[in-house]
Amino acid sequence: MSQETTSQAADGDVLLRIENLVKHFPVKSGSLLPGQREYVHAVQDVSLEVRRGETLGLVGETGCGKSTVARCAARLYPVTSGMIFFDGRDITTLSPRRMRPLRREIQIIFQDPYGSLNPRRRVGSIIGDPFAIHRTARGADRRRQVQHLMELVGLNPEHYNRFPAEFSGGQRQRIGVARALAFRPKLIICDEPVSALDVSIQAQILNLLSDLQRELGLTYIFIAHDLSVVRHVSDRVAVMYLGKIVEQSPVDAMWAHPRHPYTDALLSAVPLPDPEHRQQRERIILAGDVPSPIRPPSGCRFHPRCPKARPECVATEPGLAASLGDAPDHVAACHFPVADGEDISLSRPAIAAGERVVESGLIAGA
Amino acid sequence: MSHDATAVGEPTLPAGPAGLLAGAARKEIEGKSPWALAWRRLRRDRAAMTSLGVIAAIAACAIGAPVFAAITGHGDMEQFSTIGRTAAGQPVGPNGTFWLGTDDLGRDLLVRIAYGARVSLFVGVVATAVTVAGGTVIGLAAGYFGGFIDSVLARFMDWLLAVPFLLFAIALFSVAVQKPIFGFIGAGLPIVIIVLGFFGWASVGRLVRGQVLSIKEKEYIEAARAMGAGPWRIMFIDILPNLLAPLIVYSTLLIPATIVGEATLSFLGVGVQPPTADWGQMISTASGMFLYGPWWYLVFPSVALLITTLAFNIFGDGVRDAFDPRGDFSV
Repeated sequence: MSQETTSQAADGDVLLRIENLVKHFPVKSGSLLPGQREYVHAVQDVSLEVRRGETLGLVGETGCGKSTVARCAARLYPVTSGMIFFDGRDITTLSPRRMRPLRREIQIIFQDPYGSLNPRRRVGSIIGDPFAIHRTARGADRRRQVQHLMELVGLNPEHYNRFPAEFSGGQRQRIGVARALAFRPKLIICDEPVSALDVSIQAQILNLLSDLQRELGLTYIFIAHDLSVVRHVSDRVAVMYLGKIVEQSPVDAMWAHPRHPYTDALLSAVPLPDPEHRQQRERIILAGDVPSPIRPPSGCRFHPRCPKARPECVATEPGLAASLGDAPDHVAACHFPVADGEDISLSRPAIAAGERVVESGLIAGA
Repeated sequence: MSHDATAVGEPTLPAGPAGLLAGAARKEIEGKSPWALAWRRLRRDRAAMTSLGVIAAIAACAIGAPVFAAITGHGDMEQFSTIGRTAAGQPVGPNGTFWLGTDDLGRDLLVRIAYGARVSLFVGVVATAVTVAGGTVIGLAAGYFGGFIDSVLARFMDWLLAVPFLLFAIALFSVAVQKPIFGFIGAGLPIVIIVLGFFGWASVGRLVRGQVLSIKEKEYIEAARAMGAGPWRIMFIDILPNLLAPLIVYSTLLIPATIVGEATLSFLGVGVQPPTADWGQMISTASGMFLYGPWWYLVFPSVALLITTLAFNIFGDGVRDAFDPRGDFSV
């Protein structure tokens, strides 16, 4: 996959390409010696493509590195290694000054509608911030544009002078959307934009985002841990586990044929509205916890918890590849991909007990 | 992501009749700023409002000190060696001519106290402003940039807080008397303000640094960076407004401390110099002769100092309650 993407570097259809992204965060160790420093391997060798006009869902449990990938893509964090191309340009190491014009084109909608708005500033000046920072509109003109944005996201423009505390969670998220839209960005990174909201408000915000995508031709990276939300909004989905992408595919193909045991387990955990369906389905319960990203497991990072683990999984790391007759755009990183109809809740790992002792402790086989 | 949206817009105001109600509606829609809310809470605090009244009265006395001189007909430097002193050369007690009595040189104590309020309030406000401004800028820089800059600034603040302030002030004063520092900072008001500011900013700096460390991790700061805001904009437009409430609270409580600090320096003879009227200086002189009888000379300047600092402290407590009803920042 990464070979292919490198050769298509000039493909005009790709808005954002991340190649072999690695991000480590230093951890404060008890030791004063500088050599003793440890690192959280937040993102390890992630490659992604986002095409113009599509929505790429990025899913995984808390701490798997999905937000870190997005923040690296937006150049909020410096990358440890790897490359980021936006609109055909390498932006990996652009200086803050040269990055500034690009900031207009990549925007972020944050998870927490309370933390992402400055409580001491009026809504008008929060939404007007992009205009102030890039000095594009001032005075009455800025006010007019801000009020237009407020209307666009379904806020009452007369609330221009209110403070964030005077709005509900859903309205605050609309303020965040309006701010992100100020410059008609090409790419919007939605970092769990609805996970802090009530279910009914979630639907409103999701509808708003999809309407805006249609009207303004936006491209989204949609980060979430709620799989039903991801299925609803995404064209393609990438599943992350412990800093790596384990499976990537168009959304329907993934739901129909999950290939990675982790994806399979995730999908089996999605609540089904139909109780009869629910009874028929076998839930896959993964053993143990996510290992520490400071010392990730060898080989396939999922092997300590995988019901299908084999000695090979401990020894070598699988690459992303299409398998079992899937289309080339459905790739999974697994030595023993899950076949259609296979019930992995019946599988038992076939590796010695000693090999399964990992950072987080002993994982029981059943 | 393609389906019909049904619940996008919340209802907006109808355009037509809104024009008629524009005046009333606008007033309602204008958000209550945190300042307005704090002011409303402060208005309801009777102790704080009484203190504010007292502070206003003291400020009026300071500004209107020449009025006292005009009413009594006694200048602040004027020595009445015949009527202002007893035959033995002692101060005269309160009477019809000298309402609060006279001092050891036969000057009208009432007029001197009114003029002394000028020094106290001026130093209290100006030195506090210097302290808070310096501490804010340095604390912002230390907290926001972090790393090496933070280490250096934070250690410097720790060092300053450890230096014995009075010894340093006395030493600096004796130098300044001999030879003005940098050629122009001689003994008197400027050095008092500089000493108080120099030793005061570190505590403000630490307060600000601590707040900045927590504020800079907020998502709205990340949002500002994602929009391309530079460090200066983030520090002064995004972070500073969140610091204003603790800073205002801290400043109102710092003013009385500064006034006492100035009085202390003057009491020790290293502050404001005679013949300028100053409360600390009066208390110093009076305490030497208190046992011989002129109680008024000690009591009235002391009461003036007490009322002033008490009023500022009670007002400061009220401001803190108004700005920080939940006790989020402790100062």
